[in-house]
Amino acid sequence: MKVTMQGVSKSFGSVRVLDSVDFAVTGGEIHALMGENGAGKSTLMKILSGAYSADGGNILIDGAPVTIRSTRDAEALGIAIIHQELNMIPQLSVMDNLFLGREPNRLGVIERGRMHGESASWLGKVGAGQIDVDRRAETLSIGLQQLVEIAKALSLNARVLIMDEPTASLTDREIGTLFAIMTDLKARGVGIVYVSHRMEEIFKICDKVSVLRDGHFVGERVVAETNFDEVVKLMVGRELKERFPQRQAALGPVRLEVDDLTDAGHIAGIHFDVHGGEVLGVAGLVGAGRSRILNTLFGVNPKTSGRVLLDGLPLSIGRPADAIAAGIGFVTEDRKSQGLVLGLSLRENVTLVHLGKYARGGIINRKAEDAAVKELMNELQIRARDAELEVQALSGGNQQKVVFAKWLAKPPKVLLLDEPTRGVDVGGKAEIYHTINRLAAAGTAIVMVSSELPEVLAMSDRILVMREGRQAAIFDAKTTSQEEIIAAATEGLRAA
Amino acid sequence: MTAQQKATLQRLGPLLALVAVCSGLAFLSPSFLSVGNSFDVMRQVSINAVIAFGMTLSILLGGIDLSVGSILAVSSVLAAMTMKAGHGAVLAGGAALLAGAAMGALNGVVIAKGKVAPFIATLGMMTLLRGVGLVLSHGSPISGFPSDLFALLGGGYVARLIPVPVVLMLAMFAVFWFVLTRTVFGRHVYATGGNAEAAKLSGVNIDRVQVLVYTVSGAMAALAGLILTSRLDSAQPTAGVGYELDAITAVVLGGTSLAGGRGWIFGTLVGALLIGVLNNGLNLMGVSAFYQQVVKGSVILLAVLLDRGHKN
Repeated sequence: MKVTMQGVSKSFGSVRVLDSVDFAVTGGEIHALMGENGAGKSTLMKILSGAYSADGGNILIDGAPVTIRSTRDAEALGIAIIHQELNMIPQLSVMDNLFLGREPNRLGVIERGRMHGESASWLGKVGAGQIDVDRRAETLSIGLQQLVEIAKALSLNARVLIMDEPTASLTDREIGTLFAIMTDLKARGVGIVYVSHRMEEIFKICDKVSVLRDGHFVGERVVAETNFDEVVKLMVGRELKERFPQRQAALGPVRLEVDDLTDAGHIAGIHFDVHGGEVLGVAGLVGAGRSRILNTLFGVNPKTSGRVLLDGLPLSIGRPADAIAAGIGFVTEDRKSQGLVLGLSLRENVTLVHLGKYARGGIINRKAEDAAVKELMNELQIRARDAELEVQALSGGNQQKVVFAKWLAKPPKVLLLDEPTRGVDVGGKAEIYHTINRLAAAGTAIVMVSSELPEVLAMSDRILVMREGRQAAIFDAKTTSQEEIIAAATEGLRAA
Repeated sequence: MTAQQKATLQRLGPLLALVAVCSGLAFLSPSFLSVGNSFDVMRQVSINAVIAFGMTLSILLGGIDLSVGSILAVSSVLAAMTMKAGHGAVLAGGAALLAGAAMGALNGVVIAKGKVAPFIATLGMMTLLRGVGLVLSHGSPISGFPSDLFALLGGGYVARLIPVPVVLMLAMFAVFWFVLTRTVFGRHVYATGGNAEAAKLSGVNIDRVQVLVYTVSGAMAALAGLILTSRLDSAQPTAGVGYELDAITAVVLGGTSLAGGRGWIFGTLVGALLIGVLNNGLNLMGVSAFYQQVVKGSVILLAVLLDRGHKN
């Protein structure tokens, strides 16, 4: 089966998000769809899967025009989508989710036996036969939930499968499983559209790559005949000189000392220090306790033992406000649920942390606030028409810069970063790296958790590797390698 | 039309509805727009508006305060008892406001520290305090207060023209407007209602914000109780039944989202006026009380449906 989109256009209000875009995917290929945030990838895929309807253009299946007005239409034509935010109903069982909306029934009474058998067989086809179909969906890991979604798509007889950032929250092992299944589906003639920001994955698993920029189709390449630089150039429209900006580390005295940090059951015996001007990377598998260190330092979870010293003085932190008062900032992992108040304006988000700085007797001085916001927008290159715009209207990269800006109104002594560039496009990433370097140069001690090893290696001075809640090693970033880090992160782990 | 202009127009929707209803009523009933009648309407509105200002805060937090009617009754009874015991109006009023604030603070503590859903916490409090009011007053109204000062609160006029309750309502409106748009506390209310987790991680003391909001809501219910008691020259332990729904209606008509984080106090004032104008206009036109309910309900549904239409 070959699905072709021709001259597809779509506008929201006066904003044209897709302008006459062409795209085609054929059965038996894995086709990457790339582009920076806001390039129109998601919109294009939502049109193909029936969530949006196009303003203009055609969709053809094997050369014959078709009309897709709803998800049901798309499914009937054999097109299914797996969203980045999985569409599971957490309280329902795996099989209830698999057959949601099309439960096999007799006079409205569900045929549970049949559902049971069919669910198990579809799960078997994606190598997830071990999942108990009666388990509630919320008890599965994200990786397993994703396999259930894939099984569901297959049960719908999908010939084209769209996957939107499927690896964003998977562990390395889960990604391996996913890739094996994708390869298997491809061998069986299924066409896969693969939307991802992770360049390494594209070159590992995909056959073709199509690139969108600013709502336009800019090119299609065979992966084997292109390279990293060409794809990035297509995406950003210019050559990206350096993926990771260089930094001259000038280490000051020790700022943050962490001694035997332990919490109730997730991490134990964590011991490190960070100098002013230093970036300490934290690597490890998902669930190894990386984020937990940051959360505990910031007072989100209580520590049960251990000492934390800032500039030589012991800290007592019971809640985030204490950490902030001490001069610690925290760019959280999930900007939408933890970092931003989406319904408030850019200005109101930026000044939320240090609002007191622009207030006297509890009354806000709007002039001072506006001036500070303007300055931070310039400093961080936040691109928005004006500061009164609701922050949910911004692209992922700009939203992440707003999260950074929140902490920079007063220069932090220590800045904790949890996946600082997740879901941010290539150009935005480089700007965030510059910000991190600038902060370090100004004497801030930075602790950065990241799942992207190239990022950890390039940005850090030293790298702390976590394994099952314990500190496995600390490496010098100049002399270590991806292999050494992965070995330390997985050494002795039982195969699951 | 830009998105910004659209948003502004949407915010002004309730005001346009109010103007439209007023124009219609002025056309149908000439006495409607007279100065006397206008202030009458506003005086009738004032009690609901004052409660609704407090309710706006709890709804901005993504919560709700169902106990306002009962708080109103208990504070009224307390004020009446204080005066019956021979104390002056100032002490009685102060006691009532303080008691209202305390009852609200209790709501806030149960919600913030006890992690109880606001709907449930204030529902329990609503029943509990209704009982307290009945116990304190032995179930009967307390009437006849000697203080002229107290009588002014509900029945007096400023400059022989503007009823005191209307002045109070407008003053409270100004205070709430200022607090919500210009103060750190106001910003924290919006942030906590919009995303409590993000607010907490930004150092906002969300427990304190919640306790303060319900405290204010309680105090506003008590203020409304004082106005009512003064107007009637009687404190009733059964007063205020169903007032929470009128207040919620005013807030929602004004465009404040029940999901929290989005809304404004001007909308609440307009919403309260809209309800009052409808009541008054329908009375002037001699519409039967039965049909009045049908009309009011329809207007509420229509207003909210129009609002949803804008958002999609």
